Amino acid sequence: MADTGKDLRLEGVTKRFGDFVAVDDLTLTVPQGSFFALLGPSGCGKTTTLRMVAGLEEPSAGRVLIGEEDVTHLRPYKRPVNTVFQSYALFPHLTIFENVAFGLRRRGTKDYKQKTMDMIELVQLAPLAARKPAQLSGGQQQRVALGRALINEPGVLLLDEPLGALDLKLRRQMQIELKRIQTEIDVTFVHVTHDQEEAMTMADTIAVMNNGVIEQMGSPDDLYENPVTTFVANFLGQSNLIMSDVIDTANADVVVDCHGQKVGVVRARSHTQDGKAWLGVRPEKIRVGAAGVDDHARSNILTGGRITDVSFVGVSTQYLVAMPWGQEVMVFEQNTGERKPLRNGDEVDLTWSPEHAFLLDATQDAHAGMMTPEDAG
Amino acid sequence: MTAGAIKPPGKAPVVDAPTSRRRGWGWLLLVPGMLYLAVFFLFPTVQLLFTSLYDPSGSYVQGYSMTWHFANYVDALKDNWNLFVRSFTYAGIATVVCLMLGYPLAYAIAFKAGRWKYFMLVLVIAPFFTSFLLRTLAWRTILSDQGPVTSFFQFVGLLPDDGRLLATPFAVIAGLIYNFLPFMTLPLYASLDKVDYRLIEAAGDLYSNPVTAFRRVTFPLSLPGVVSGTLLTFIPACGDYINAELLGTPKQYMVGNRIQAAFLTEHNYPLAASLSLILMAVVMVMVVAYIRRAGTEELV
Repeated sequence: MADTGKDLRLEGVTKRFGDFVAVDDLTLTVPQGSFFALLGPSGCGKTTTLRMVAGLEEPSAGRVLIGEEDVTHLRPYKRPVNTVFQSYALFPHLTIFENVAFGLRRRGTKDYKQKTMDMIELVQLAPLAARKPAQLSGGQQQRVALGRALINEPGVLLLDEPLGALDLKLRRQMQIELKRIQTEIDVTFVHVTHDQEEAMTMADTIAVMNNGVIEQMGSPDDLYENPVTTFVANFLGQSNLIMSDVIDTANADVVVDCHGQKVGVVRARSHTQDGKAWLGVRPEKIRVGAAGVDDHARSNILTGGRITDVSFVGVSTQYLVAMPWGQEVMVFEQNTGERKPLRNGDEVDLTWSPEHAFLLDATQDAHAGMMTPEDAG
Repeated sequence: MTAGAIKPPGKAPVVDAPTSRRRGWGWLLLVPGMLYLAVFFLFPTVQLLFTSLYDPSGSYVQGYSMTWHFANYVDALKDNWNLFVRSFTYAGIATVVCLMLGYPLAYAIAFKAGRWKYFMLVLVIAPFFTSFLLRTLAWRTILSDQGPVTSFFQFVGLLPDDGRLLATPFAVIAGLIYNFLPFMTLPLYASLDKVDYRLIEAAGDLYSNPVTAFRRVTFPLSLPGVVSGTLLTFIPACGDYINAELLGTPKQYMVGNRIQAAFLTEHNYPLAASLSLILMAVVMVMVVAYIRRAGTEELV
């Protein structure tokens, strides 16, 4: 990965469709050889961004560069970029062999036969090489689409929701498979998805997109542990967001007043310094314990909770805790078997460490980025 | 590949009974159409076959006797082979020109017409609202010696000053093209409209310039439309006689004109029947050869 000569760079890329701004002044660099995910809900501009890199849409403004080459206005067939389409877009009149060989033959590669067979073997479809796409299952078609793109050894491989049509089990397999192939051949992957788990499993770097702009970009654990907007806090995993007032920023931990109780948040995760703030804590970071038993000297503590719902889901138990100000806080507890589960109606305190919380600007919508049931699929 | 093979034997009758009954009903759906074809196609064809073998010395008034006179076919071919050649030539030229005109038209309607798509399709079908005969008669006026088309052709020097368009092979073929163009355009449109635009994008993504993408993806995928369009044009054009009758002279007559005359004017039924059957047989052989070639040819 030392060679950075073929980084993919977007500079101020904007795409308008009439009055609608699909992608708004987007700037980002994808280092060569990395596995990059564009994550966001449908309509956030991620597919449009991908299509501009592929050359299937022309940016209204800005530049697309691969290495030092400006490809902004290059026709798709002249770009060192290949795409695995969401619909796979396999040619129905050609065999699997002909589909995979398509790109090589267009470029007049001499020993395309051997290379094609090698690729078909890599995606484990050798016995099916003479079949037509319609005779293959969804997972097999997906592998053909992947092989057909990879065989061209593109500078950048674009993947547009490539696993969307597969069932859950196959999707997991293909995630691991994709990651393995990417590591093996060292090609830059840009992966568009609305599935946060898929993005986190595979990508080195994730850019969370919303309304045509990048909300936050970083490694999966960075995004998860230290979100900078309520959208990211809700879109990746789940978060409890509690309205608070910032009262002291003089010390290592920023102190906030949370409905009359003082709690601290490490400075590095405090993305607002005064006035109102959303105090964010992930459900699995909170410990729930019987009221009055303060077992964590350095912890933040919120007292006065009462359990209103207990769901046992096997690996964990999920509690809903009603707080004195009326909000229900979600808490996940690992089922280690070390202690007896709490019951509905138990009086409890919530504790967590200051480095496990984050502080967000209170002007944002606390529900931004929450998954509606139809998005969840 | 029946699912019944893996079912436990005990349950098989319960599951299979409705399946087989459903299959039985499916066959029943064929009956009305088959019956109609048997009465109005199969029976007349057999009748025609017998007629073609009657003694040619018989007549409409005296009646005919069946003598298994196969020589009718030899006579029909010997006297009229030039009409067959002309029919297939005219129909062939008309089909090729229809394809050349119809393909870009269908392509534009399918991919470029946007919200005008259905309006344009209506325009393609609109000629059918007037009778075939009337429209062909209108062409006599259009191509007449003093008409604007002839004058224009003379003006630009494509025709000598005393040259004419009416009563030439050009007029007959132009009439055929005009009358059969919708039969070419519609199946082409149906095929092209089904071509997934994303496949063309994928071809572009895989280093095909627009011309190559058309040659390797769009055109092969539209082949079913090309095959049905050319068949729907060529077959009826081979048997057509209206265009030659109205826009041509006996010098441009096609087999259809000869059959029509033999049936309706000369009442020479054995000749008319053998000409019809020869035409049918030759067209059938050509069509089968064509379909086999178009169906198995490796296009990439």
